[in-house]
Amino acid sequence: MTRTEIRNFLITIVLFALAALIPLSDSGFWLSMGITIATYMVLSTSWALFSGPTHYISLATGAFYGIGMFTVGVGIELLPYWVLVVVAAVIGAVVAALVGLATLRLSGVYFVIFTLGLAELIRQIVTWVQTTMGSSSGLYVLTNITEPIIFWELLILGIIVYFIGWWINRSRLGFALRIIGNDEVVAVHSGINTAAAKIILFVVSGTVATIVGALLAPRLSYIESSIAFSPMLSFIVVITALLGGAQRLWGPIVGVIPFMLVWDFLTATFPNQTTLMLGICFLLVVYAIPNGFAGLIEKYSHRLRGRT
Amino acid sequence: MEILLGGILLGGTYALIAMGLQLQYGVARIMNLANGEVLVAGSFGALWLFTGAQINPILAIVLLAPAAYILNYFIYLIFLRPLVRRAKSEGQLEVDSILSTFGISFIFIGLLHAIFGGEYFNYEYLEIPFEIFGQAYGVNRIIAFVGAAILAALLYIWLTHTRSGLRLRAVSVTPSSARLVGIDVERTSAMAFALGGAVTAAGGSLISMFDTFDASIGVVFTMKALIIVILGGVKEIRGTIVAAFILGFAETAVATLIDPGLTLAAAFLLFILVLLFRPQGLFGRQSS
Repeated sequence: MTRTEIRNFLITIVLFALAALIPLSDSGFWLSMGITIATYMVLSTSWALFSGPTHYISLATGAFYGIGMFTVGVGIELLPYWVLVVVAAVIGAVVAALVGLATLRLSGVYFVIFTLGLAELIRQIVTWVQTTMGSSSGLYVLTNITEPIIFWELLILGIIVYFIGWWINRSRLGFALRIIGNDEVVAVHSGINTAAAKIILFVVSGTVATIVGALLAPRLSYIESSIAFSPMLSFIVVITALLGGAQRLWGPIVGVIPFMLVWDFLTATFPNQTTLMLGICFLLVVYAIPNGFAGLIEKYSHRLRGRT
Repeated sequence: MEILLGGILLGGTYALIAMGLQLQYGVARIMNLANGEVLVAGSFGALWLFTGAQINPILAIVLLAPAAYILNYFIYLIFLRPLVRRAKSEGQLEVDSILSTFGISFIFIGLLHAIFGGEYFNYEYLEIPFEIFGQAYGVNRIIAFVGAAILAALLYIWLTHTRSGLRLRAVSVTPSSARLVGIDVERTSAMAFALGGAVTAAGGSLISMFDTFDASIGVVFTMKALIIVILGGVKEIRGTIVAAFILGFAETAVATLIDPGLTLAAAFLLFILVLLFRPQGLFGRQSS
């Protein structure tokens, strides 16, 4: 490890340790805010692992998240909770691999459209299975897992995601992905198996999203397909990741924290205009800050260093 | 027989809206994910004209299509042309335009929601049953089909038999060479985009005659139009029409034989099959 890497590593540890203290204060608001932020931190960071270098926009986060939740909801009566999290992760990985195999060999548009519909497709199938099986539309997940525990679980998952991201960046795989992102034709000609590289990353990112869904299931305690497979989640993940900057591992977190704080305030003040605001956010990200906060920060820090 | 006729009636309208998207993606090179919202805006426009001024949905197209043309022209000028100019590669344009049109689509939904509210809407227009082969169909469905067929035919003839249509096709094939023969590519692209929007809004007006809709249903139509375009092959107008009928049949078949809730699953199944076995589309040529 280089010196900057050690420095960044220490900073990350300190930040995570500070974050882990949040549940010890007894403010219910900050704990629930913390869980929301931690959820999106993990989701956006894992989204950026795949979409940052490859420029493929995945809208499948909601689908994987829903798969995770539903697996826990269906199996909670039969298996212990921890086994279910693992089962969910495996299902998520398999689905991600299948989707990746079908779409990632082709251009980005096909992938976007496919992932856009994926959550709705799975929701339709789940609803159909439920009505033909004659079971009720909702599932109860009653456990003794409390909110602080969920928060810590998410933080640990976050650390794991950061570690994976750091490791991928250093590995041959990360190098291959950066070449694919810059020019896929060049990548193919230098002998990179582009499809395999993309699929591996997509599976990593999808699996993480599935685990997040599984971890959050006990928080809701009542799961319905329309809540679990919400398309809004996928869009917010895309916005926060791009707002922060998907090119850097630490980018999404810089986007998630301010966005969720502002978003929470806005949705509470104008509950009927959320879609409109989401649209404005999208346009802001595209036109005003195309490289995200991370891009802005790097630009200004370079300028500062240049002067001194 | 029931499935066959139902599929044809549905496929006609699908063909029209997919042609709208085809113009925007094939010529202007904008993957417009706000396409379905323009359609829904057309539906709301027809509803508003019908309930407010007793104008029937067919005549309403005469008003709605030019309005949609102007609106889409400005959308292209304000939001999308800067992206076309800024893009260094086709890939980057793709990503930017997808994000930007997502934003536009959400703004559409938000505005429609604020104006009309979140309920489902429909209105009664010519809901007289009409029997074909012992099976009753609403007259409104048949009129919608005929209307869509006429518009699609006009569009097809215009594209293949006129000079301005030829210009559009030239830009669609290679923008850089089109410039060499004196075609203003930027203006033609803006025109194709606006025309695509007008066609889509006309489709929305037709669909509103027989279908219920709400402010947020647009994405379903966007998906269907995209699937049709990909199924038929990008830049292939004939392929688009054939694919629209295939999707119409598939959906009607699934809805009558299995469950009406699974229509999207049917569309997706088609989509997966195409991606796996013929990614260039049924009529598309193999790219290098």
